[in-house]
Amino acid sequence: MNAPMDHATLAESMPLEEINVSDPKIYQQDVWQHYFRRLRRDAPVHFCKDSPVGPFWSITRYKDIVSVEVNHKTFSSSSAFGGITLRDRPAELELPMFIAMDQPRHDEQRKIVQPIVSPANLAGFEGLIRSRIAATLDSLPRGEVFDWVDKVSIELTGQMLATLFDFPFEQRRKLTYWSDVATTDLANPDRLINSEEERETVFRECLGAFMQLWNERVNAKEPGGDLISMLAHGEATRNMNPREYLGNVILLIVGGNDTTRNSMSGSVWFFNQNPREYEKLRANPALLESAVPEIIRYQTPLAYMRRTALEDAEIGGQKIKKGDKLAMWYISGNRDEDAIDNPDEFIIDRARPRQHLSFGFGIHRCVGNRLGELQLKILWQEILKRDLKIEVMAQPKRVFSAFVHGITELPVRIAP
Amino acid sequence: MAKVHYISHSGEDRAVEVPTGESVMRGAVANSIPGIDADCGGQCACATCHVYVDEAWLKKIEAPGEMEASMLAFVDGAQPNSRLSCQINVTPELDGLIVRLPESQH
Repeated sequence: MNAPMDHATLAESMPLEEINVSDPKIYQQDVWQHYFRRLRRDAPVHFCKDSPVGPFWSITRYKDIVSVEVNHKTFSSSSAFGGITLRDRPAELELPMFIAMDQPRHDEQRKIVQPIVSPANLAGFEGLIRSRIAATLDSLPRGEVFDWVDKVSIELTGQMLATLFDFPFEQRRKLTYWSDVATTDLANPDRLINSEEERETVFRECLGAFMQLWNERVNAKEPGGDLISMLAHGEATRNMNPREYLGNVILLIVGGNDTTRNSMSGSVWFFNQNPREYEKLRANPALLESAVPEIIRYQTPLAYMRRTALEDAEIGGQKIKKGDKLAMWYISGNRDEDAIDNPDEFIIDRARPRQHLSFGFGIHRCVGNRLGELQLKILWQEILKRDLKIEVMAQPKRVFSAFVHGITELPVRIAP
Repeated sequence: MAKVHYISHSGEDRAVEVPTGESVMRGAVANSIPGIDADCGGQCACATCHVYVDEAWLKKIEAPGEMEASMLAFVDGAQPNSRLSCQINVTPELDGLIVRLPESQH
């Protein structure tokens, strides 16, 4: 597609059937808004018949997305049909994981790991999260430019993940690396790996490390409270084959990494671009309760989830055929003017801030949503407590992906 | 209209009139009763309007449907009297209904 300044015009003038919102470049260039605005208006349930990921439907309106989410009997998440991302991969490369399973197996496995984010566990994590955030903020340079993504967002989410898995703390950047390899788009000029074979090689390394931890924990008389112990002792997960273990590990790593990381980075950018909103927050830190869900809506760290139709169906007057794949574009539904007032504005004191699609809805709704919110809340409480003045020094660099909606680099300077 | 009692986790009883046909969730949201998040706005899709229905009232309310049962399966602190309040529609027979709110919506 053309240079960034042309996209507003292009999105309005190009034939509808040529619009392909699965193109990772429109997210990297931050021009996706124009295409979805057109689709929501002119073709809210849109068929793209030809794209590098094959033909697919786009569900772009909030209401339609929720109706697909709750109809999990018709719209499958199962990796047997391609799972939750648009690219179809050879069956041997598909990773079984509970997000890409249907009932009843999904429910059985999800219930095993869900207690990690129980209210009691979260209350237990709160002090640890706060002390780490405090230490991280206090260690940041003053008066010189650094990358917020690396020094804060990746650092904090890596620390959290290491704790959830009880993974060797000093090796936590491996978790970030495995997560990034799992989501890297092979068409990305700056990709981390060059082929599916290379991805599999990295996955084997990841599995090796996690197998060792499993073996250490599976025979413990008193199972630990970490995710690996939960999986190793859980009725529905203890007999998983290695591939399924790997799949669930990758799911939990990506789920806890990309999402919170990119909301942490996005939040700095949003407040920088909306100084009046930041002044409101400084004047009344209690607004964080609504600011946090607003950050998550506005960022929408995962742009979509895919489903596959198990039978013929109709959405918004369009006939979906059995076997068709569809993308529920959370990133578009979160900007749907029929569901959210002034959706393109970042407003931290909205009346109904929690009504957004970023966590998905229905049985696959994000398990860790409260933990993600908690980390963001504490991060900003501690920033406010220190009254840090964070200047953004350049435009953010963005992820080349239609799935992970994120920021790879955000140069900032904290006033001395 | 029916009077619905919302008892907070700390035991505070707030009773409000909820119009017939409205859900117990809407009754709470419309009256700014804290403790019910209702993230999905009443589509049985998020399980953040979880309540415990007082035993005496359980038999007057239809059993959960399939979707509600699926969502309740993931709720923290689920009990046999757990319900999603967006799925309970108020009728005159429910005048005096008592629901208790969990510690948090999760």
